[in-house]
Amino acid sequence: MTEGHVGVDGIRPPRQTAGMSKRRKAQLRRWAIYVATLVVIAVVVLSADWAKLQSVFLDPQIFRDLFPEIITIAAKNTVILAIFAFSGGLVLGLALALMRLSSVKPYRWAALAYIEFFRGIPALLTLILVGFVLPIALQVRIKQILPFLGDYGTPAVGLAIVAAAYLAETIRGGIEAVPKGQMEAARSLGMTNSQALRSIIIPQAFRVMIPPLTNEFVLLVKDTSLVFVLGVSASSQDLAFFSRAAVQDTLSGTPFIAAALIYLAITLPLTAVSRQLEKRSGDYTSGRKKRAAVAAAEANALEPGGIEPGNFGQAGMPGGNFR
Amino acid sequence: MSTPIPPAIELCSLAKSFGELQVLRSIDLKVTQGEVVCIIGPSGSGKSTLLRCVNLLETPTGGQVLIDGIDITDPHSDIDEIRTRIGMVFQQFNLFPHLDVAGNLTIAQRRVLKRSRIESNDKAVSVLKRVGLSDKLHSYPRQLSGGQQQRVAIARALASDPEMMLFDEPTSALDPELVGEVLDVMRGLAEAGMTMLVVTHEMGFARRVADRVVFMDGGLIVEEGPPDQVIGDPQHERTKRFLEQVFER
Ligand SMILES: Nc1ncnc2c1ncn2[C@@H]1O[C@H](COP(=O)(O)OP(=O)(O)OP(=O)(O)O)[C@@H](O)[C@H]1O
Ligand SMILES: [Mg+2]
Repeated sequence: MTEGHVGVDGIRPPRQTAGMSKRRKAQLRRWAIYVATLVVIAVVVLSADWAKLQSVFLDPQIFRDLFPEIITIAAKNTVILAIFAFSGGLVLGLALALMRLSSVKPYRWAALAYIEFFRGIPALLTLILVGFVLPIALQVRIKQILPFLGDYGTPAVGLAIVAAAYLAETIRGGIEAVPKGQMEAARSLGMTNSQALRSIIIPQAFRVMIPPLTNEFVLLVKDTSLVFVLGVSASSQDLAFFSRAAVQDTLSGTPFIAAALIYLAITLPLTAVSRQLEKRSGDYTSGRKKRAAVAAAEANALEPGGIEPGNFGQAGMPGGNFR
Repeated sequence: MSTPIPPAIELCSLAKSFGELQVLRSIDLKVTQGEVVCIIGPSGSGKSTLLRCVNLLETPTGGQVLIDGIDITDPHSDIDEIRTRIGMVFQQFNLFPHLDVAGNLTIAQRRVLKRSRIESNDKAVSVLKRVGLSDKLHSYPRQLSGGQQQRVAIARALASDPEMMLFDEPTSALDPELVGEVLDVMRGLAEAGMTMLVVTHEMGFARRVADRVVFMDGGLIVEEGPPDQVIGDPQHERTKRFLEQVFER
């Protein structure tokens, strides 16, 4: 029992020392890497033409001229697009995850086919598919289906379709990480499979998923740079397109630097918040992991691990091997 | 003699296999209302599986399970409704870690029984008092000791006003000094007339509280009867051997 605790909590027992020589060797190697890195940096710094670099990449006048449009148009579009695409991707991804966990084979296959397809082709092609192929082939125009999204509609749907493929696997992993006993306890209280999923399983799954979800969002923020293929108007430019256009206008690299800084200003706080949330729910997680470890240590006890995909309950939703 | 009231639980030639592995061979067992039945037996004999068949957490591969005379193996039976009549307590507690104690005690009342917020809260307070944890309403499961968690789990089951309770080794995951508080709560329930089917290794509890003890081995009921008979004076060789091993520890 005690060993289970230690192992799962990640505090590994001290490794048997293989003598000082091994540690010493590792130390030497580390120093060698430091020195080599310093040499490389020194060479670059000494040989670079700083005056030229600054005039090409950090021209203060050009930098100032980018504002306020780089914020009010470009960054705004990027953020809104990412939020729309993420929300859509989350809903679609949850549906796909539940299909992947379903007992109904065709659901599982369909979801798997979707996931493999849209993860397998470049996001750029998916955008082209949604923007140009769908309207011609099937007369489907996102702008007519989702008019309230305005100009964001088509690119947001395209990105959401791609995001859903990645998010589905993240969500499935989260659901599978919830111990099987949770579903059993919920069902034993008379909850239906979907009630149990909604109020017991999914809330727990999402806590485990905060870091990977943040990661997906950051990827999505960067993927907004692909939407230019769908055509861009003055008001719908995203950060990447805006900076590229500015580079062509000014013949300076400064807008690229500005765009990079703004991307970072969007993504860094997100990852910081995610780390914070993770720390706060750490109490909860470690408690659960501890209990899982106790369960694992009990001989022949039920596996605390996930829901077995083969075992799902009747309504085609993840459950136990019961109805 | 037949009574007009059907037994709370009735298992008829119940069988369960996992693939090739036959875990329950042919189980016949009746638990009448208000009766406390303890199931004992070696590891792997199918005790948990039997218990889990009673509320269909496992689907039997043969035979019938009747709850209040209703055959729940019939696919037309409303298993979710039947489950609200059967409280279940697990070895690993299985409290909902994202909800505080109040949330654990009210969620099924609200979602399943559609009770109002006030009614379900009042109920939560009263069942929590019953297990002696009135001051823990707003604690989270992780903040409680194992014994307290298991008592909350019992309270959670009681909150739905079940007619009967299933216990699967409720004290096996507890440190020895915490076993007593859980057994005390269970004895209180038994004395209040709750129908109980209890898988346990606590021979003292079985002897004092059970109306009947069932010894299982190899997926079969080998011997059953009053506790003093089955535990005190077992007739079958396998029962004797099992009890010797238990008491040697
Ligand atoms: N879901 C399952 N799939 C396959 N085999 C299972 C499953 N559940 C239980 N078994 C097997 O069925 C047998 C009986 O298990 P069960 O848990 O009912 O025994 P038990 O009497 O409760 O034992 P213990 O005292 O160890 O809890 C064991 O051999 C077990 O490995
Ligand atoms: Mg068991």
